[in-house]
Amino acid sequence: MTAVAERSAAAEPKAGEIPSFDVTLKIRRYTPETHGDEPYWEEHTVTAHGTDRLLDALHKIKWEIDGSLTFRRSCAHGVCGSDAMRINGRNRLACKALLKDLNPDKPITVEPIKGLPVIKDLVVDMEPFFASYREIMPFLITSGTEPSRERIQSPEQRARFDDTTKCILCAACTSSCPVFWTDGQYFGPAAIVNAHRFIFDSRDEGGAARLEILNDKEGVWRCRTTFNCTEACPRGIEVTKAIQEVKRAMITRAF
Amino acid sequence: MQTHQFDVVIVGAGGAGMRAALESSGRTRTAVISKLYPTRSHTGAAQGGMCAALGNVEDDNPEWHTFDTVKGGDYLVDQDAATIMANEAIDAVLDLERMGLPFNRTPEGRIDQRRFGGHTRNHGEAAVRRACYAADRTGHMILQTLYQQCVKQEVAFFNEFYCLDLLLDHDLSSGEVSDGQEVRVAGVVAYELATGEIHVFRAKSVVLATGGAGKIYKTTSNAHTLTGDGMAIAYRRGLPLEDMEFFQFHPTGLAGLGILLSEAARGEGGILRNADGERFMERYAPTIKDLAPRDIVARSMANEVREGRGAGPNKDYVLLDLTHLDPAHIDAKLPDITEFARTYLGIEPYTEPVPVYPTAHYAMGGVPTNVEGEVLRNTTDVVRGLYAAGEVACVSVHGSNRLGTNSLLDINVFGKRAGISAAEFAATAPWVDLPENPSSLVVDELEEMRARPQGERISDIRRELQQTMDTNAQVFRTAESLTTCLADVRALRERYSRASVQDKGRAFNTDLLEALELGFLIDIAEVVVVGALNRRESRGGHFREDYPNRDDAGFMEHTMAYRRPAGTVVDSPAAPAPAGEEIPDPAPGELAVVLGTKPVVTTVYQPMERKY
Ligand SMILES: Cc1cc2nc3c(=O)[nH]c(=O)nc-3n(C[C@H](O)[C@H](O)[C@H](O)COP(=O)(O)OP(=O)(O)OC[C@H]3O[C@@H](n4cnc5c(N)ncnc54)[C@H](O)[C@@H]3O)c2cc1C
Ligand code: SF4
Ligand code: FES
Repeated sequence: MTAVAERSAAAEPKAGEIPSFDVTLKIRRYTPETHGDEPYWEEHTVTAHGTDRLLDALHKIKWEIDGSLTFRRSCAHGVCGSDAMRINGRNRLACKALLKDLNPDKPITVEPIKGLPVIKDLVVDMEPFFASYREIMPFLITSGTEPSRERIQSPEQRARFDDTTKCILCAACTSSCPVFWTDGQYFGPAAIVNAHRFIFDSRDEGGAARLEILNDKEGVWRCRTTFNCTEACPRGIEVTKAIQEVKRAMITRAF
Repeated sequence: MQTHQFDVVIVGAGGAGMRAALESSGRTRTAVISKLYPTRSHTGAAQGGMCAALGNVEDDNPEWHTFDTVKGGDYLVDQDAATIMANEAIDAVLDLERMGLPFNRTPEGRIDQRRFGGHTRNHGEAAVRRACYAADRTGHMILQTLYQQCVKQEVAFFNEFYCLDLLLDHDLSSGEVSDGQEVRVAGVVAYELATGEIHVFRAKSVVLATGGAGKIYKTTSNAHTLTGDGMAIAYRRGLPLEDMEFFQFHPTGLAGLGILLSEAARGEGGILRNADGERFMERYAPTIKDLAPRDIVARSMANEVREGRGAGPNKDYVLLDLTHLDPAHIDAKLPDITEFARTYLGIEPYTEPVPVYPTAHYAMGGVPTNVEGEVLRNTTDVVRGLYAAGEVACVSVHGSNRLGTNSLLDINVFGKRAGISAAEFAATAPWVDLPENPSSLVVDELEEMRARPQGERISDIRRELQQTMDTNAQVFRTAESLTTCLADVRALRERYSRASVQDKGRAFNTDLLEALELGFLIDIAEVVVVGALNRRESRGGHFREDYPNRDDAGFMEHTMAYRRPAGTVVDSPAAPAPAGEEIPDPAPGELAVVLGTKPVVTTVYQPMERKY
């Protein structure tokens, strides 16, 4: 099915901006309530403006053409982690993918992220993902009496785990991982990133316990260092490096 | 339909909701209902910091903080609440550090602090370093840390459940419940997005923590999901909304997009310039310049544009200049927001100034509460068992203009208080019976919306609502613009009653939920506009060009907006408007926004002229 957005809906172009252009989205849909149990492809063409992101195009389709198109989103600027999807075969956040950077000459393919059960259209069941996250004990573990003021941590100690504190739990990394696709039991990069965030925090005392968990057969050793995760991460986290650091800590017990 | 029973039900899993949950779940059986996964909540978008007079880097104390909060709010702040917040700020920050929040550190390893608008040393002498921060993702770190602790405490979450109704044991909107009579909460009704199923949660205590309502405006820093649900649900059930006319426009939204660039950019030395390169804030706030409170900076910017000194091809924005800052400093302190400028506008902040314009940011008003988080149903009576905290609530610590970094503080201090109060109340209170057919209102509304075969699109009505609010009820307001806006909002409500959704399914029907959210937005927008029309003065975030001065004799009081049959007399009614300025009545037969007032609590600080 192809539909063309009304041109009249196009906003006034602002001087000095990139002119409007048409884009076609080829969307992988799955709507068992109305279209049976098989997923299918659907194309829509909409007019986009200079700074529009893929999320704007999806909204345009939902709001002006087909209200049943379903996807998650909230913040619309890359900080809440709601809208990871496979865009032209690569995992990205729809709200951070600028249309003008996606080669609008060809249809842009949009699919749900892989490896998690699809509920409807671009929405997947996130529970298995969060379950892995919860398993690595993602909270500060300390012993002894609580200090009355803040714990002391030097800027260098703080910098040691800065990168992995940025994670927004979007699942772009985990769902780009070929190991995860074939073995849904694998903890996946995001869980390891969040373990890293605590293992290398000078205030934390749960490192050994977390390493024990990640030493499991579904743990960190399953990583094949394909770097898909690092490429996928919208927060620019060096995911593969974090996983390597956790592996090394497992061997040396130094962290 | 499923029925659940919990001692405490918390609605919302942002900073306020999860902070409440950490207190409540340790004390009693607690559930948290959230329309988003907790970590998707908009607290995670907060950037700049959370303030507390720790005095880690320079001399500071809570009394200065209280004063700044009161003055920043243009004296409409309840001073007892502001004192509590400033005093408890220090523990609130230390609590978070103990939970593991990775604050930036001083060379000595203490929590580092930076400057923010309106926060000063010794009652306005100079800017003070009071904001504790984690780079420019402080809210992200707060949200993550609170969620981590909730995982640790095994808090029961119901994720992607939309709360759509609040159950009370009396019908307050009838206007027939007398003052002093006991009114209690009985629970909430929620809709499970994945299945379309209705869930009734019976509870002794309910905490509303649903966040803000920025989506009544077109240009906003708020998430798509910030649609004022908690406010509207309470309001529909007859509870008042306080001070809704005060909406904060943050000065530095990315021009045309509204995405926020934190005030921390100016705290770290960034400067606002007009098309001529002039540092124009020197004219408007000679002492603290670019770090004046947000209402003043936003109006100054809008004024520069209005007087033809805007930058860009259409002269419709000003420039945030960071080019004199060391790129390494920018990377260390402002990495995310500079990335936003690169990603969304293609601007390199190291070398180019960033186009910015005010963006709708924060609702100062909300569901009125006392300092224990208990919700008020008039000027004095509380609804037993009902609490609110965070942006949905109005305690009121922000008065008519919130200072930057005071909201992340508010959600922690009053989230904690509400959580404790709710759990303690539930520990001893008897159960209240659920009303008969508790979900009937919600089910009827959903079914009617789903069944309407054909009608206007929800998105068209929403776009027009946001447009008229941007045009007529933004930084500058007049009786004329607001009257136009009110007529628009009412016409849109009428159209809304005939609109339809295309998705008629049960599973993950976001089309349907967006329709209900629009209903909430329309209600909130009307309250904002009616309050703004009635407040014939300028104070904090509310600026009336036809009444440019603050009028303490006439308006040094909180607004209380009630949904009642037109003509109902409420507790402490608002003075009638002068002839020629009456607020137009709604269509006959409709429930109206009936205005009352509530006194401002003034303990120490007498209103003074607000100069910076
Ligand atoms: C971009 C940005 C930057 C900011 N920066 C700062 C800053 O630096 N310092 C500062 O102090 N303040 C800042 N603020 C303000 C501050 O972040 C917010 O006011 C505060 O985080 C609100 O927290 P909350 O818990 O009340 O609401 P939110 O975090 O918005 O959470 C609301 C919760 O309610 C749930 N919910 C909503 N409706 C329903 C419903 N119907 N049913 C079930 N659940 C529902 C949502 O799922 C969500 O979990 C900023 C705000 C923005 C937008
Ligand atoms: S590591 Fe990056 S890609 Fe993975 S969940 Fe976190 S933010 Fe998303
Ligand atoms: S909508 Fe929040 S990350 Fe894209």
